[in-house]
Amino acid sequence: MAVASLPTVDDALALGLTREEYELVCEKQGGPPNQVELAMYSLLWSEHCAYKHSKKLLRTLPTEGPAVVMGPGENAGAVDVGGGLACAFKVESHNHPSAVEPFQGAATGVGGILRDIFAIGARPIAVLDSLRFGEPEGEGGTRTRYLLDGAVSGIGHYGNSIGVPTVGGEVYFEGPYEHNCLVNAMALGLAERDALVRSAAAGTGNVLVLFGASTGRDGIGGASVLASAELDADDTGAGGDSAKRPTVQVGDPFEEKKLLECSLELLDRGLLVSLQDLGAAGLTSSAAEMASKGEVGIEIDVERVPLREADMEPFEVMVSESQERMLCVVEPDRLQAVLALCEKWEVEGAAIGTVTDTGRVHVTAGGELVGSMPVRALVDDCPLYDLQPQKPAQPVYPAPAATASLPAEATIEQTLLALLGSPNIASRRPLFEQYDAIVQSRTVRRPEQADAAVLALPADAAGVQRALAVSIDCNGRRVAADPYRGAIESVLECAANLACAGAEPLGTTNNLNFGNPEKPHIAWQLSEAVRGLGEACRALQAPIVGGNVSLYNEGATGPIYPTPVIGMVGLLPDARRAGRLGFARAGDEVALVGPFAPSLAASELAKLRGQALPDGLAEIYVAAVREAQAAVREAVREGAMSSAHDIAEGGLAVALAECCLAGGLGAEIALDAGTAAALGAADDAETVLFGEGPGGFLVSGEAGSLERLGERVALRRLGTVGGDSLAIEAAGEGAILASLEDLARAHGKLAELFG
Amino acid sequence: MKFGVLQFPGSCDEVDALEAARRVGEAELIWHGERDLKGADAIVVPGGFSYGDYLRAGAIARFAPAMESVIEFAREGGPVLGICNGFQVLCEARLLPGALLPNRNLRFTFRQVALEVLSSGGTFTRACALDERLSIPAKHAWGRYYADEQTLAAMDDSGQIVLRYAPGENFNGSLHDIAGVCNEAGNVFGLMPHPEHAVDDLTGSSTDGLKIYDSIKMTIEA
Repeated sequence: MAVASLPTVDDALALGLTREEYELVCEKQGGPPNQVELAMYSLLWSEHCAYKHSKKLLRTLPTEGPAVVMGPGENAGAVDVGGGLACAFKVESHNHPSAVEPFQGAATGVGGILRDIFAIGARPIAVLDSLRFGEPEGEGGTRTRYLLDGAVSGIGHYGNSIGVPTVGGEVYFEGPYEHNCLVNAMALGLAERDALVRSAAAGTGNVLVLFGASTGRDGIGGASVLASAELDADDTGAGGDSAKRPTVQVGDPFEEKKLLECSLELLDRGLLVSLQDLGAAGLTSSAAEMASKGEVGIEIDVERVPLREADMEPFEVMVSESQERMLCVVEPDRLQAVLALCEKWEVEGAAIGTVTDTGRVHVTAGGELVGSMPVRALVDDCPLYDLQPQKPAQPVYPAPAATASLPAEATIEQTLLALLGSPNIASRRPLFEQYDAIVQSRTVRRPEQADAAVLALPADAAGVQRALAVSIDCNGRRVAADPYRGAIESVLECAANLACAGAEPLGTTNNLNFGNPEKPHIAWQLSEAVRGLGEACRALQAPIVGGNVSLYNEGATGPIYPTPVIGMVGLLPDARRAGRLGFARAGDEVALVGPFAPSLAASELAKLRGQALPDGLAEIYVAAVREAQAAVREAVREGAMSSAHDIAEGGLAVALAECCLAGGLGAEIALDAGTAAALGAADDAETVLFGEGPGGFLVSGEAGSLERLGERVALRRLGTVGGDSLAIEAAGEGAILASLEDLARAHGKLAELFG
Repeated sequence: MKFGVLQFPGSCDEVDALEAARRVGEAELIWHGERDLKGADAIVVPGGFSYGDYLRAGAIARFAPAMESVIEFAREGGPVLGICNGFQVLCEARLLPGALLPNRNLRFTFRQVALEVLSSGGTFTRACALDERLSIPAKHAWGRYYADEQTLAAMDDSGQIVLRYAPGENFNGSLHDIAGVCNEAGNVFGLMPHPEHAVDDLTGSSTDGLKIYDSIKMTIEA
């Protein structure tokens, strides 16, 4: 390395390492690390790469099951979907970049998760997104609308241009996300089960090929502090303006589209030993992880990396997060074929290094060694920390402001309309209309047609098409009220969505979005939520095959709501019998199914009224909920239900309105005293109408079909489908009579905000 | 009969168009760098973002080697169908009159739209009745059809305005609600909605798009 003073412990602290971690690095290195080495350690030992505050918790999660083909640790997890096929899927966050620049932040979030999918050899078939912002109205509303608009455009821009449908998602608006929005993106891919690729490097003497976009200084986020300090000290003149450089990467979906097709064709022709995408920490993390998994060494010559900027320092090349790049291991005699295929797809490919037997990562610049680190030290030796969880004595979150759209003495009809128009419940049409939901011709259920997105699989020999159903969900407010039960509810909600489509869970992915885990109350939220998540996934036999952790999500006003976003994938035997949420036939009977025990605590209505979060949610009887889901699923699969919809935000009344709107049909409903008593809410019509809790489904169908369903699970008939208005007679509280037009107007509120 | 479906870097709906064509005949992909149209009886220029839509949607694809052959094929009377990005490519290639501008709402928009058939019996609408309504999805950011009034009047006179958005369905702001047009000879047709995404009840919400493919087949085999 060029003559330069070694970085000091202060540089290490500025890069986020602790004093003890720096000393450990010195011990592993046999002396102080140089600039390249410190940059690489600081990234690989960051929370983002090493999961040092979450790994011990993550180890408690269930990751094995009969359908699991690939579990956590690979670029994405995968489950067996039969017919020789596997479905790869994963969710990942791009929260902080999106808060800085929502369009590119969200776009590159989609780009990153898609690369994870095709890195294991699966063709991406769908994207879903999970978004959280502050309140869209009032103080801060302008910025919220800017962030939402940018994030939705960015997701659409990337997904639409690359030809992968965006089939579902969720958005919540809550005060605690105002200064720290969340942008999580999930992707699914399909591959021949036996053709899935792992990322372990192997074969001493094999060649490392970097292909895709060239490498620039964009996205040198974690190292920017070092960059300024070192470059000023070195006075190389190469980057005097480094502080001004954007730390958010800029995505190019066209480049990724070529990269995707090129990668899949390389794999299809059997030209690669292994493949890995470049994500956070760029070459550093990809190379080190490939070496670690293969228990080999790797040597990289930074001077052979195609650059888009001259005079980049070796450490900059190693940590750059330039988008749309992949790294593969190739046997020497196949190198020419690999490079020729890159040329066909107009993708730049370059041999940048080799697999060695040294067990070390060697970074060279030309002939000169500029960095040398043991692979094990880099990847495995980062210290893991125990959390110090403590339940907070005081409420962490202030009560939300009461909404003006709900009059103090509101009738139940006014309450229903206010709920339908509330930002968390209003129709997402203005958002999802910006996404191509149908490219690739697999989409059986489009947004707002069913509780889960449904994607057809190839027909089998008998001509039957099975299908995948997928859902993503998390109600952060309820997790904040009770991290353990709130997390269980999120898992149950996803499984309920699948059940309504007729699908049984195969596997789960999760993105744990939390605040600073070094604070005891956040540590408590995190450990309680992970405990709930593990229990629920075990109970549903929906193991976690991969995921992501995003910590330190805090703004000036405090932490975000704890948000363990759950993505779940399930299978249904016949795509033609996929469930729908909308009422379908006048004359059908409507029934409430399942162990539903509604409560207004932590409900959407409580929020609209400005009520503080309760300390804890009601106990959940997971086994009973699971039984109800199974009964609904079977009924949908038999084709016995005209519609099935799970009861979520806004309770039974909102669910009824949603069924009416999705089907373009009204209904006449009577909620008598017996129903109220059965729901544990005698003489409390408000709780019956608007209370929330897991385990409730609204189904419609012929009387005989409902009768048969009632033999399997608690079922109460509520009324009949028909007409062009929703009429609800609520014992003791009068009646609701709202035309479909009125309901649609209330439900269309988001368009006014984001038109 | 055989369809040839072009494939550019950045094409997205080429496999959908290929599979849709296979419902009525044979079909094969044609790589943008090749000049050989592989004996196709009809050409489909599919949707997507050819060359990333850089410069202007369709502006670069128009110069692809395969397009040179398609232009020659069209001049000789061969049927050419351009869908969405393919429509933009055909306008850029001057095989069709007019141009496609950014949507009025300036956003990419996906909707199932109702279309009215204004000109039936031609190469691409032989299987449709006059004034028949088709339900076909549209999804694009640059779909606002524009031509000067003189051109539009001439097109109207010669029956070149083939498809129109039904009342209330024109979300992109196309002049005269135009959704699809053909050239004067009637052998080149472009439309913004995606007929290849309306060929199967399971995924398509309708099978009306199949009528476009059926029409081409009837023309070839007539």
